[in-house]
Amino acid sequence: MDSTTANAPDRFEALDLHCVRHDRTLFAGLSFSLAPGQILQIEGPNGSGKTSLLRMLCGLLQPAQGEVRWRGLDIQAQRAEFLADVAYVGHLQGIKEDLTPRENLRMVQSLGRARTSISLDQALAQVGLYGFEDLPSRTLSAGQRRRVALARLLVLDARVWVLDEPFTALDRAGKALIESLLEMHSRNDGIAVLTTHQPVGLTQCALLSLQLAA
Amino acid sequence: MPNLALACTALLRRDLTLALRHRGEMANPLLFFVLVVSLFPLGLGPESHTLQTIAPGVIWVAALLAALLSLEGIFRSDFEDGSLEQLLLSPHPAALLVLTKVIAHWLVSGLPLILVAPLLGVLLHLPQAAMGALLATLTLGTPVLSLIGAIGVALTVGLRRGGVLLSLLVLPLYVPVLIFASSAVSDAGIGLAITAQLYFLGALLALALTLAPLAAAAALRISVS
Amino acid sequence: MWTFFHKLASPKYFYDISGRLLPWFGAATLLLMLAGLYQGLLVAPADYQQGESYRIMFIHVPAAWMSMFVYMVMAGAGIIGLVWKIKLADVVAASCAPLGASFTFLALVTGSLWGKPMWGAWWVWDARLTSELILLFLYLGYIALQSAIDDTRTAARASTVLALVGVVNIPIIHYSVVWWNTLHQGATVTKMGAPSIATSMLIPLLLMALAFKVYFFTVVLLRARNEVLKRESGSGWVKDVLMH
Repeated sequence: MDSTTANAPDRFEALDLHCVRHDRTLFAGLSFSLAPGQILQIEGPNGSGKTSLLRMLCGLLQPAQGEVRWRGLDIQAQRAEFLADVAYVGHLQGIKEDLTPRENLRMVQSLGRARTSISLDQALAQVGLYGFEDLPSRTLSAGQRRRVALARLLVLDARVWVLDEPFTALDRAGKALIESLLEMHSRNDGIAVLTTHQPVGLTQCALLSLQLAA
Repeated sequence: MPNLALACTALLRRDLTLALRHRGEMANPLLFFVLVVSLFPLGLGPESHTLQTIAPGVIWVAALLAALLSLEGIFRSDFEDGSLEQLLLSPHPAALLVLTKVIAHWLVSGLPLILVAPLLGVLLHLPQAAMGALLATLTLGTPVLSLIGAIGVALTVGLRRGGVLLSLLVLPLYVPVLIFASSAVSDAGIGLAITAQLYFLGALLALALTLAPLAAAAALRISVS
Repeated sequence: MWTFFHKLASPKYFYDISGRLLPWFGAATLLLMLAGLYQGLLVAPADYQQGESYRIMFIHVPAAWMSMFVYMVMAGAGIIGLVWKIKLADVVAASCAPLGASFTFLALVTGSLWGKPMWGAWWVWDARLTSELILLFLYLGYIALQSAIDDTRTAARASTVLALVGVVNIPIIHYSVVWWNTLHQGATVTKMGAPSIATSMLIPLLLMALAFKVYFFTVVLLRARNEVLKRESGSGWVKDVLMH
């Protein structure tokens, strides 16, 4: 145990991460440390390893070197505890086209650690899908499906959000929705890491930024 | 901490619902099973003694191929729409979730094979005495096929042309099941005891139940990375 | 001891030390092979039942032993690579596969050649040959999986999982095949203590087995060196090596 563990129990940290994909080093020696309430935006050109970094942060991808720490411990050493605390929205929505939004969210609810304070219908209404709860997800537009995926953030009681290009396929109202979700999350002492090429308009909390080189 | 039993039942229910909404796809391997078996009399002639001798092997080889054909369904669509990532991001032990998915898959692809097998036995003049053995070996054997197959699918699900590769990886591993199952059916037909074969199939099932989900979960982690 | 292993695991050090070891391994292979062949083809007496044709055993049996041995080495190296993240172990595992497949293929071909005078047919569904055939499929599956995955790291991890599944299954497959065909010859040499084979035949057999083993290590070193150069082609020391 080193000093970082002792003075920062709720920190989400990357320590000296190296990423090698298809025998090419995408980034090396990447480190950061986020305190509760902080939101980090990762920027960088295509192919700079943004998605890989996010996948490392939620434990889907093993770093070639270095480690990701949650509450001072390597996430690989406390997988179940960490995974109960993290929510990931990636390029793939992770929703079943043949299930309705409600059925999809029910699955999310039973697979992870769910919030008890919100019902599925409330969550769907909050992401603007009131009236679409029982249609097959296949019939929804790309933006609406994105909203179903984002409703995961409301349903799960996750301390860390990892969002890969969350604004894709969303209209202006959708973007504003995510921004308000992020501000709420920050107010609740949550941590978020996201990638996007668009400017993120947060007024109530600070947005940190990290630049990946090409 | 989240409830594991709840997660597994929800997952089982989800997979069965999805299968039910794609009934057509579910029937394909079954149809294939029947079709392959009914090709043999056409190729070999309708002589009932020949058919009787080859029946156990033919039915079991056809079951192997039908199982192989349906395997991709375990993880392919989940991989493509990102549900697999979400599954692996669940705090529950991945091996148990994988086991749940395999059980769901077996219920919709393995169980129908068992139900239709007596019909095929009749088509090939399988002796009455061997019918019970056929059902018993299928009951013990097809879950092993699904479990071993799950490892193969987990390894190849991320690859563009995984299909042929999958059969190359999985079929050699099916050899013990084929040997013991078809010999049990043959032996039962001529009135011999088949407890040895059934014990062996049972042991294979126990082994596959314990190890295959672990291997498949590890393989899935590798495939999504 | 540990520092030695860590040093060995570094590609550059491995490249240097294996380069110095290779000539010795090569010479040992040659000597053992010549001695084994001399003993086996000229010194050992003809078999009273099979005549001269049994002499193919001096190739067939070591090849069959190697086919199993290489699989174990491959799986072992894979585990080391998977658990301790040692890249060199991945390289060794990948280098083993084609060699193991070749040994298996050799065992199959010599077995079938041996079978022709013995059984009167090129192929008989004998338990050992059938086991070897399935082992060959396992090797080919391993090689196919490895070559189907672009990322070398992922390929190494995935194929190690497959090799482990194979390690669990090989005894089961072997047992079931033996059970299926009880007409097998029975392992003659593995019965330690009282080998049922004449000493004059045992000596060349063991010599050949040793020769095959050393040959295997020689070729694995060679292949691993090439693979290391390929995988490390971006680094400075490889450029230095290639300049000279």
